[in-house]
Amino acid sequence: MPKVIPVADPLSKPFWDAVNQKKLLLQFCSGCRRLQYPIRDRCADCGSAEKLGWKEVRGRGHISTYIIIEDGRLDRRMSDQPYNLALVTMDEDPGINFYANLPGTPVDKVPVGAPVEVVFEEVAPGQLIHEWRAVQ
Amino acid sequence: MTTLDPPFKWRREKLGAGVWEHRGKVAIAGYGHSPVDRRWDETSMDKTLGAYSILACQKAMDDAGVTADQIDGVVCCPTTIAGASGGAASNWAPRPFFAPPYDSEWGLTRVNAKWLIDQMHLPNVKFAPSSVPTIGEMVGLAAQAVGDGLCTTCLVIYPTGNLTGRYRRGGENAEDYAKGERQWTVPWGNHGGNDFINIFPHNQYCITYGGTHDDVAPFVINQHRNGLLTPWGFNANHGIPQLTLEDYVTSRFILKPLRIWDCDRPVNASAAYLFTTAERAKDMKQPPIYVLNHSQHNFKPRSTQPVLDEIEMWTDHAARLMYEGAGLGPEDVDIFNPYDGYSTMTQFFLEAFQWHGVKRGDSFAFYAGDIRVEGPHPFSSSGGNLGNGRTRTAMYTDSIQQLRGTAGRRQVRVRADTALCAFTTPSSGGWIMLGKHPS
Ligand SMILES: [Zn+2]
Repeated sequence: MPKVIPVADPLSKPFWDAVNQKKLLLQFCSGCRRLQYPIRDRCADCGSAEKLGWKEVRGRGHISTYIIIEDGRLDRRMSDQPYNLALVTMDEDPGINFYANLPGTPVDKVPVGAPVEVVFEEVAPGQLIHEWRAVQ
Repeated sequence: MTTLDPPFKWRREKLGAGVWEHRGKVAIAGYGHSPVDRRWDETSMDKTLGAYSILACQKAMDDAGVTADQIDGVVCCPTTIAGASGGAASNWAPRPFFAPPYDSEWGLTRVNAKWLIDQMHLPNVKFAPSSVPTIGEMVGLAAQAVGDGLCTTCLVIYPTGNLTGRYRRGGENAEDYAKGERQWTVPWGNHGGNDFINIFPHNQYCITYGGTHDDVAPFVINQHRNGLLTPWGFNANHGIPQLTLEDYVTSRFILKPLRIWDCDRPVNASAAYLFTTAERAKDMKQPPIYVLNHSQHNFKPRSTQPVLDEIEMWTDHAARLMYEGAGLGPEDVDIFNPYDGYSTMTQFFLEAFQWHGVKRGDSFAFYAGDIRVEGPHPFSSSGGNLGNGRTRTAMYTDSIQQLRGTAGRRQVRVRADTALCAFTTPSSGGWIMLGKHPS
């Protein structure tokens, strides 16, 4: 399963460094008391860059819905097709969502509404990504 | 080009600005379509995107009865519709170029105002912005430019190129690494695009309101029907048979539940419109079609993937904005041509604008009723992009034709005094309201 490899930039480096240590570290605005993901240069709510810090989250969520990629456009994933692409909402703040291929879940057998937990998957030597696995 | 490109505020994206100051004072006086080919054949120099754009302009000028020396504005979208992932289907290089004027990508895979002005020998152009958005917003730019007096007789051109090769299967989609915004989506397989943006909210829509994906089938089938009634469109000219329910429900999946027939077909084509002042339009060949408002919007999701709540909020906002600036409400809109490039986003627009009283969650039942052009609810009478190919202009041309009363076999039987049309996604783009009368 050769996934496309994320490239950290100065802004996202703390996030990916944490992922590489098997931790999920999101942005947190101390003014709005709100988590933020994906990583941005300022708080999408109040616009502040200074009030944005980092906060480790538990990595628990639920499957909102899913699709099956049958005929995608990414060269690197052609041999994986068809595969699940689920939308996972995070329990600590369901306004935050993630994509997931749901390792361990057969194609098109996705338990919508089921709980998931974060797992970390190596996509290149030394580079992990956050994935989500259904917990039954 | 700087003198042709003055700094100018044209976007209308804030609620509370009231009725558009140029309402009824700007008009569309002509339109023109090139033939719609699946791809450029790579040899016929009279079928290039540039040649087709010139042809579309000439047709629009002829339709209005305007000569080249009268054109003082050119608004042309200079980008390819496939964007950074276009690869070989949208870039001629590294293949060797041809003799001028085809000695660069200009004229082959993209077209801009400068190239057109040179090739068409337009001597009096005083407004030709170099940075032009796609058709959904450029019609607003042009309407505002004419209303503000930056030009009086303006060609608006939207070229959509397509070469040999799998669409959007090159460029960054062929890379092993995901940089920038793509680091948050591509590692899991989301290559980015309106298919992904809308399929998840569409699934949530089915869960929230009931129904299944294939409940969009009657809409898709009707788009094909309207397309076959459109003499310039791709389907009508390429022997495409009428899509049936069986064809639809047995068709292959792209992003299951999204099927191949939910996606429009990329084409090589161009279309042009002639915008002018309402005063001048009165003396031109066709009855003027007045611009009653234009509006734009641009929203970002809170997190990785837009969700149904956000899509509904965004489209509600777009509807309020358009209705406010036009001074009209849902009951005033006769012709409604929302964007349909993926069938799964159209219900969001239909419900936001509450056309024919359709409210949130009502679309599938509405689709199951009579939405034919002959019937009481002639929804998307253009056939859109699903019925005509990905020209992104059918919505505009049909609206003009319906208000003129020249839509032929697509002419609606209900009143056709106003038309609302768009190339827009729920997150970004624009709407334009047209009227048979200036007020
Ligand atoms: Zn904040």
